[in-house]
Amino acid sequence: MTIEIKTATLEPVRNTFANVERRFGDKPATRYQEATYDLQSETNFHYRPLWQPELELNDTRRTAIVMSDWYAFKDPRQFYYGTYVQQRAKMQEVAESNYSFFEKRDLARHIPEAIRAQVVRYLVPLRHLEHTANLNNMYGTAYGYGTAITQALVYNGMDRLGMAQYLSRIGLILDGNSGDALVEAKQQWLEADIWQGLRALCEETLVTEDWFEVMLAQNLVIDALTTDLVYNQFDQQLSEQGAQDIGMLIEFMQLWNKDAIRWMDAVLKTAVSESDANKALLAQWIEKWRGKAAEALAPLAEAMLGENALAAALEQLDKRVAKAGIK
Amino acid sequence: MAAKKLNIKDKYRLLTRDLDWDFSYEDRSKAFPFEEFEGIKITDWSKWEDPFRLTMDTYWKYQAEKERKLYAIFDAFAQNNGQLNISDPRYVNALKIFLTGVSPLEYQAFQGFAHTGRQFGGVGARVACQMQAIDELRHVQTQVHAMSHYNKFFDGLQDWSHMHDRVWYLSVPKSFFNDARAAGPFEFMVAIGFSFEYVLTNLLFVPFMSGAAYNGDMATVTFGFSAQSDEARHMTLGLEVIKFLLEQHEDNVPIVQKWIDKWFWRGTRLLTIVSMMMDYMLPNKVMSWKEAWEVYFEEAGGALFKDLARYGIRMPKYAETIEKEKEHVSHQAWWTFYTHGHAAGFHTWIPSDEELDWLSEKYPDTFDKYYRPRWELAKEMEAKGERFYTKALPQLCTICQIPMLFTEMDDPTQISYRDSIYKGDRYHFCSDGCHDIFEDEPEKYVQSWLPVHQIFQGNCGGPDVEDVLRDYYQMNVGVDNMDMKGSPDEERWKKWKGVA
Repeated sequence: MTIEIKTATLEPVRNTFANVERRFGDKPATRYQEATYDLQSETNFHYRPLWQPELELNDTRRTAIVMSDWYAFKDPRQFYYGTYVQQRAKMQEVAESNYSFFEKRDLARHIPEAIRAQVVRYLVPLRHLEHTANLNNMYGTAYGYGTAITQALVYNGMDRLGMAQYLSRIGLILDGNSGDALVEAKQQWLEADIWQGLRALCEETLVTEDWFEVMLAQNLVIDALTTDLVYNQFDQQLSEQGAQDIGMLIEFMQLWNKDAIRWMDAVLKTAVSESDANKALLAQWIEKWRGKAAEALAPLAEAMLGENALAAALEQLDKRVAKAGIK
Repeated sequence: MAAKKLNIKDKYRLLTRDLDWDFSYEDRSKAFPFEEFEGIKITDWSKWEDPFRLTMDTYWKYQAEKERKLYAIFDAFAQNNGQLNISDPRYVNALKIFLTGVSPLEYQAFQGFAHTGRQFGGVGARVACQMQAIDELRHVQTQVHAMSHYNKFFDGLQDWSHMHDRVWYLSVPKSFFNDARAAGPFEFMVAIGFSFEYVLTNLLFVPFMSGAAYNGDMATVTFGFSAQSDEARHMTLGLEVIKFLLEQHEDNVPIVQKWIDKWFWRGTRLLTIVSMMMDYMLPNKVMSWKEAWEVYFEEAGGALFKDLARYGIRMPKYAETIEKEKEHVSHQAWWTFYTHGHAAGFHTWIPSDEELDWLSEKYPDTFDKYYRPRWELAKEMEAKGERFYTKALPQLCTICQIPMLFTEMDDPTQISYRDSIYKGDRYHFCSDGCHDIFEDEPEKYVQSWLPVHQIFQGNCGGPDVEDVLRDYYQMNVGVDNMDMKGSPDEERWKKWKGVA
């Protein structure tokens, strides 16, 4: 049996905002729709930016990718700010409980010195990669076009800052908060041969101008490879060596990657299916950055995991690219 | 081994400030290319004092908690038809101005802080800007969601972003933020982070949110409370920016002073619309504009500038003109909108007799002398069925883009006109403040997209004003505009309330 509470019903004049109605018809809209579509200015900009006078403040020409509607980049996760922070808050709650369990039980104590050295050498320096990813995603946020993609980019950018901080915390857990592990890891990043390829690649993405290309290089190519190498293969290796507890500290990144891949693959697919010109350009960019990234990561992959590791990671990337309709 | 306890500052340094590195393979100035062209000298980014030290995990946690509570209220508001609890349907017109005029500024702030959050070479400053960027995105989205329910029951909110890009009076706020975003990254920070967020927020955000509280608007006031802690962070960032720039190099002082002068003036012009909202549009008044100006600018701002004097910073130029303007601007602005009420996307009206008395009481030196007689005349004309609408389109100031409605402060019967000739063309301004801004950067301001010029040039459809409103602005003519009396908003309200 149900009970029915009587409420006053008032007939609304309209179901949603006019811009949403023009896109989806006169029906109730979702919060994602009302918070996403057509938020950004499209026309009648008053002044050209002093820092880029050849373009408008918002301008589709900051990338060579051409879209008839930039709002085609719908986020399959339907993240607007509220849903985004609530989703991440849930993930951080789990992460927090993992980190405090790890610290409370002093699990670092059980990690053999050789493994500790591996973690400092291979995992902790990635905080600098995450920092690069933070900047590269903010780049798209600032110069991208249309709220559908720029909001997803700002969420991604802040996530990367968050993960840079988690990786730093792993260093602090291992060095008893002295900061020595972070110093050691940074030295690796700055000086060790195995890292120089990736560091040079990071620096190159930071001076690349086309925001879509930067997004692709970072969020598709570099992330696909490093994710598989580190959060999949290296994690497995640690586990086999009896350091499976480290897995608690990187679970956030593993979950996060699943979520980010869903979005990035949708972006790629949408851009590819828009036109052959986009498809050709994306294919060219992917090939370019895949080549650079493979070369950059080869020494790291081999030192960390052995000689077949990179090939396995590249295979994962190629599968995703093929699935998006390229090749 | 017992882990060492880290204080917040050290922890933040290790987790955040230490993430960047010196480049070896690329030219770092190509990665951060906009730091030098404004003439600002940064000698050492490491001297940046983080205005707050939030790590992302804490950010997600706090913000999610706030969002959960906020959306619970939005849901309850919609479910219970919370719009029925507002003081008077005239109040919703303040929301129309807010959604079409202010919320898009939150969006522009999101973009502007994303720009500085990418471009500053110092990681501490960058991250602080990034957090403000995502906060500003929060604000525009939660405002849209707060207004979503009102949009279903009132006219004039429905096409807010389309309107913001086109409608004549909305070019005032739009050009303000375009100006800041088009400037270099340091000027943007002084314009928005300091002048706007730190000095003037209390005169924009607070009046709208207090207005909501006084007028029974639970959705908007809950947003206001929820955004308060974000705003507090933004204010500390604005203050840190100023201190940092002034401490980095003495050559920065005159540049910063020039920007403070400019943005303080730009900001007070922008606040004109808030002044009329407070004095005329809120059925339940919070305080008069004049009182708000005295409390939030003269007292609070005065103390701030006293503090900054040790860096060689003085009060903004023309502060003494502004002090006189507090007696006049709200009256001059509402009269302008009342007489152009056919071309506005919200309703206008003659203040009730009680409201006229309130204005007389709050403005003893000016209201009865200069402004009350106009309203008495408007009342007479309306009683005769001759509600007055002007036929003319107003001349706009090239800088602030407000119609030339301001008077000389020493003679409130004389409209203030200034002009300047640049490359053979004459440009018009409402004040010395706006005139000086033009003189400093004429090549920027000759680009202004002035709505009235654009209409006359045929770039907004036409030929008649009504065609522009209907086709270019996409207003529902006869529904969204005109007097509150006889509007569909008023009709519906009476029906809901069972008033004949």
